[in-house]
Amino acid sequence: MQDTVSREVVVGLKQGLHARPADQLAREARKWQSRVELVSKSQRVDGKSILEVLTLAAEEGTRLVVETTGADAREALAAIVRLFEGNFHENDDAAVDASGRATTP
Amino acid sequence: MKFSDFVAVDAIRSHVDSSTKEGVIREMATALVDAGRIPAADLESIVKAILKREELGTTGIGRGVAVPHTKHPSVDKLVGTVAVSQEGIDFDSLDGDPVHLFFLLVSPPDQPGQHLRALENISRQLRDDAFCRELKAAKAPADIQHLLEAADNHGMVS
Repeated sequence: MQDTVSREVVVGLKQGLHARPADQLAREARKWQSRVELVSKSQRVDGKSILEVLTLAAEEGTRLVVETTGADAREALAAIVRLFEGNFHENDDAAVDASGRATTP
Repeated sequence: MKFSDFVAVDAIRSHVDSSTKEGVIREMATALVDAGRIPAADLESIVKAILKREELGTTGIGRGVAVPHTKHPSVDKLVGTVAVSQEGIDFDSLDGDPVHLFFLLVSPPDQPGQHLRALENISRQLRDDAFCRELKAAKAPADIQHLLEAADNHGMVS
């Protein structure tokens, strides 16, 4: 069965969809059999490839459609949407704001 | 964004001496200092910040490429450089392969958009196998500079 399901998400990350969340996204996407694609206003990319995801340059507030196709499409979609909704466990900027000084415990 | 918008030409290195992650990061950051793009006084702080970022997850994104980076208050505009290691360096990359191509980025803390667009440009160009191959084969910084210029001129998609 080749279901296709999709859902719109909004990038809530202050730093946008940068390297680390892009890696998380691609890792999660690769866990599923289904094809996982991200669709922006101007392009459609393979969610399983970090390089492809980075070409979206999706800043905070960007709307994207997550589209999954395959036998486990629904589960895959839910998992990816969860990452966006949980802001990829980020926005704790202290840990990321890497001047190397402020963050020393 | 194009390579010419952020790559400091004088800091390009075609043969890194280091064989470790920290070594190559230090070498590239030092090249940016020597090129006058980041203050010498901030070198240690920048190297430390980049290494700290690597601890959160490698920037070795596969295909023999790494994009070590950090935000740092010492720059008011995104600055970066490119280096090539012929031998390849263990960078704990996502696909486990040694890294040959390095794009180091230092961006102002309050402008995530610049950083995203630099990553976009790098990842877009690196999808081209020929581009990767030619960069790896570069013999001199000028070769790298020319390859980046050619990519800038051809890759005007966005």
